[in-house]
Amino acid sequence: MSVYTVTTRTRASRTAFWGALILVAGLALAPLFVGRGTIQDLFFILTMLTLAQFWNLLAGYGGLVSVGQQAFVGLGAYALYGAVILYGVDPVVSILIAGLVAVVLAVPISVFAFRLQGAYFAIGTWVIAEVCRLSVAQWRAVGGGTGTSLPREAVAEMMLVPTIETALDVRASEARDILAYWLALILVVATIAGIYWLLRTRRGLALAAVRDNEEAARSVGVDAGRMKWVVFLTSAFGTGLAGGLIYLQKGRISPDAAFSVTDWTAYVIFIVVIGGLGTIEGPIIGVLVFFLLQSLFADYGAWYLMLLGLIGIGVMLFAPRGLWGLLSERTGIQLFPVRRRLAGGALKGREG
Amino acid sequence: MIGLDTLVQGVLLGGLYALFAAGLSLVFGIMRLVNLAHGDLIVFGAYLILVVVSVLGVNPFLAALVAAPVMFALGWLLQKVVLNRTLGDDILPPLLVTFGLSVVIQNALLESFSADSQRISMGALETASVDLGPVTVGVLPLITFASAVLVIVGLNQLFYRTAIGRAFRATSDDQVTASLMGIRPDRVFATATAVAMLVVTIAALYLGTRANFDPSAGPARLIYAFEAVIIGGLGSLWGTLAGGIIIGVAQTVGAAINPEWQILAGHIAFLLVLLVKPRGLFPQGGGR
Amino acid sequence: MTALLETRGLTAFYGDFQALFGVDITLARGETVAIIGANGAGKTTLMRAITGVLRSARDQILHAGTGIGHLPADTIMKRGIAMVPEGRRLFPSLTVEENLLIGAQHKGGRDLGDRIDSLFARLTGGPDPAAMAGDHDGSGHWSLETVYDLFPILRERRRSPGTALSGGQQQMVAIGRALMSNPDILLCDEISLGLAPVVIRDIYAALPRIRETGASVIIVEQDIGQALAVADRVYCMMEGRVTLEGRPDTISRDDIHAAYFGAAA
Repeated sequence: MSVYTVTTRTRASRTAFWGALILVAGLALAPLFVGRGTIQDLFFILTMLTLAQFWNLLAGYGGLVSVGQQAFVGLGAYALYGAVILYGVDPVVSILIAGLVAVVLAVPISVFAFRLQGAYFAIGTWVIAEVCRLSVAQWRAVGGGTGTSLPREAVAEMMLVPTIETALDVRASEARDILAYWLALILVVATIAGIYWLLRTRRGLALAAVRDNEEAARSVGVDAGRMKWVVFLTSAFGTGLAGGLIYLQKGRISPDAAFSVTDWTAYVIFIVVIGGLGTIEGPIIGVLVFFLLQSLFADYGAWYLMLLGLIGIGVMLFAPRGLWGLLSERTGIQLFPVRRRLAGGALKGREG
Repeated sequence: MIGLDTLVQGVLLGGLYALFAAGLSLVFGIMRLVNLAHGDLIVFGAYLILVVVSVLGVNPFLAALVAAPVMFALGWLLQKVVLNRTLGDDILPPLLVTFGLSVVIQNALLESFSADSQRISMGALETASVDLGPVTVGVLPLITFASAVLVIVGLNQLFYRTAIGRAFRATSDDQVTASLMGIRPDRVFATATAVAMLVVTIAALYLGTRANFDPSAGPARLIYAFEAVIIGGLGSLWGTLAGGIIIGVAQTVGAAINPEWQILAGHIAFLLVLLVKPRGLFPQGGGR
Repeated sequence: MTALLETRGLTAFYGDFQALFGVDITLARGETVAIIGANGAGKTTLMRAITGVLRSARDQILHAGTGIGHLPADTIMKRGIAMVPEGRRLFPSLTVEENLLIGAQHKGGRDLGDRIDSLFARLTGGPDPAAMAGDHDGSGHWSLETVYDLFPILRERRRSPGTALSGGQQQMVAIGRALMSNPDILLCDEISLGLAPVVIRDIYAALPRIRETGASVIIVEQDIGQALAVADRVYCMMEGRVTLEGRPDTISRDDIHAAYFGAAA
């Protein structure tokens, strides 16, 4: 009989589980209590968090530092607009199409990007995002370089919106925001749960091994290339979904906005770096800090962006594990523990 | 119809891209650091030259000569104070710090000079051209290309003919053993970035005099530079010139077909080379 | 009399792993000392600590009475302590001649870079290793010509890339490279490792000529016979400690066996 068990759970993680459940329930009920402006803010936070979790999966766990995730935001968003405008698909269903198109296009993109390593991968993904932006700008049916809006009819007849309108007694435009918000909540919960699950499976363990030492991982039979590919495609899918949802809510799109390196990659990198790279908790803290800074200083324009850049540099130089890393080092708390620990039994002596 | 003229323009444009790329290539070759702020530093250099021209009222070439030592010192400090701290086995810190730097430089320029596009005036030289038999080419593009060739010759001389170049190569090979030879790697890195900033100043001069620029022009220059380096093959400066020429020709040919395709054509040429020859056209050395 | 080089209670760590536990050795001027021991005994770690690749506390290593344990590798080299590293470590991008020249890169005195570093150190309040480089000026018997005289084959191969040479020739380049700075102290780490006996004999044949120029030498060897043949004194190390010290003619085979392998012979 073994007295040892391998566990990843901690007391904090059990508390966190129940806390998270209550938080999600509260967020789900939020539209009953708060106004439209707050719902839009929460939508922004949740979608940025989704993007940050997927970038973190790529860079923090997969070691794939991409500066081109805006490619999948834009491709997802444009797929949604294409499906709605050209084929009359319901916008909500089109969100799934956005994810699928992003993942399908990620296959040829990965063929190019994976020929480059490390730092060159980063700029390579940026080039590919530029190619996507310039190509989409040639697509006249969705407005070319100037962009387009979602057709009024399509939005008006969008599924679930009339139900929300009557149930909550709100106007159509507000009902659309509430629907988008709920979808964002579902997406972010599914994202965090999915990534947490992935990291706790054997595959997640393999991923950690690849990140720590690719040669060693390969020598124990982990197919590093395949793992990175899976991570890349997963991130593309999630980022595409988020992109579709974001532009469904915005109702208007242009290539420069949908493929913006600042909005969809620089901000996201900032969120992950400041919160703590390679942890699930990090991006959650990061997005809150980011939102706070944005609310306080966004009016200062260029000064605000300079501040973000300087904070990012400072954190990377002096606290490379981010705010969560500092907190976790001091307190030992892990809310989403993925590290396996030996529990039970008394460990006596130094060697066993 | 794509004429000889288009091709020549493309080749000369490639000289400009090679100038963008040479500094990036130098720094990567010595310390495996990819500076995501490289393009923004070029744009910064262009503003610096612009300021010198308007304050001192001197010719842009002379202004670049004034700007060069400033840029050299800035590069040395940047490496010594910031970037040296990020070097190591992990590729994330240098990438993220230089990405942050890129955001900072862009917005600092935006705050200081507004988003209006600027140009450094060369007077009559801007429109001057010479007749080279079947084609007529601008003098300024010709000077740019000649400068690119000179820069590459100069860097090769520095690398293979001087004690500094020897220290560059030794440190690039093996930092620990280099330090046993009395070489201080962080000083070598600071010197390398400072030298790269001299090349950046030259690139900035031609960026600013050949076309309009604004604070957001950096990332695109970084991308062209990067494409030229990858096409040429890592570690080969002449390869980088060839890479720049390929991007330049692809862009002018693309633009000749449809002006909207200029940038896209350059990127596609890069992706095609990446597909066919992932290690570039003129790769150096073994399986690094 | 102060020893030329001395370690006092030297400790060294790789992360949490302690590799040296209070090592005391001395090297007198003009002396040749051999350090023997099995793999993992801490010999190479000792060399890394002395050369500054691994930093230690200031007064754990004394050079002519001055504490140098905290100094970086390049400063220690400039003080006149040169190293022939284990595995030779030639620079693959450099030719044979360039590999030699890089050993003499430092000409002595403070150059512009040192002055900038000192100014920078003063402005930022950081340490200024350049100020500790001492007054070793790098001049002396050894130059490109005299190294080529010592190892004539290198003159023929001077334009080849360093790594294109045979193992023995590479070892000659590594020794020559260290000599080019005219060190007071030459540290040789496992110079016979992986070489054929006849090649080892050639390399060791150069040692007396190196000593004639006044250099003191520390040789790290696994080959006990070779070490005993050339050394004035021998230290034996095991598990990060010195287990035996003595003159080759006074220590017995059994003593060495015990110090080398631990178990009573």
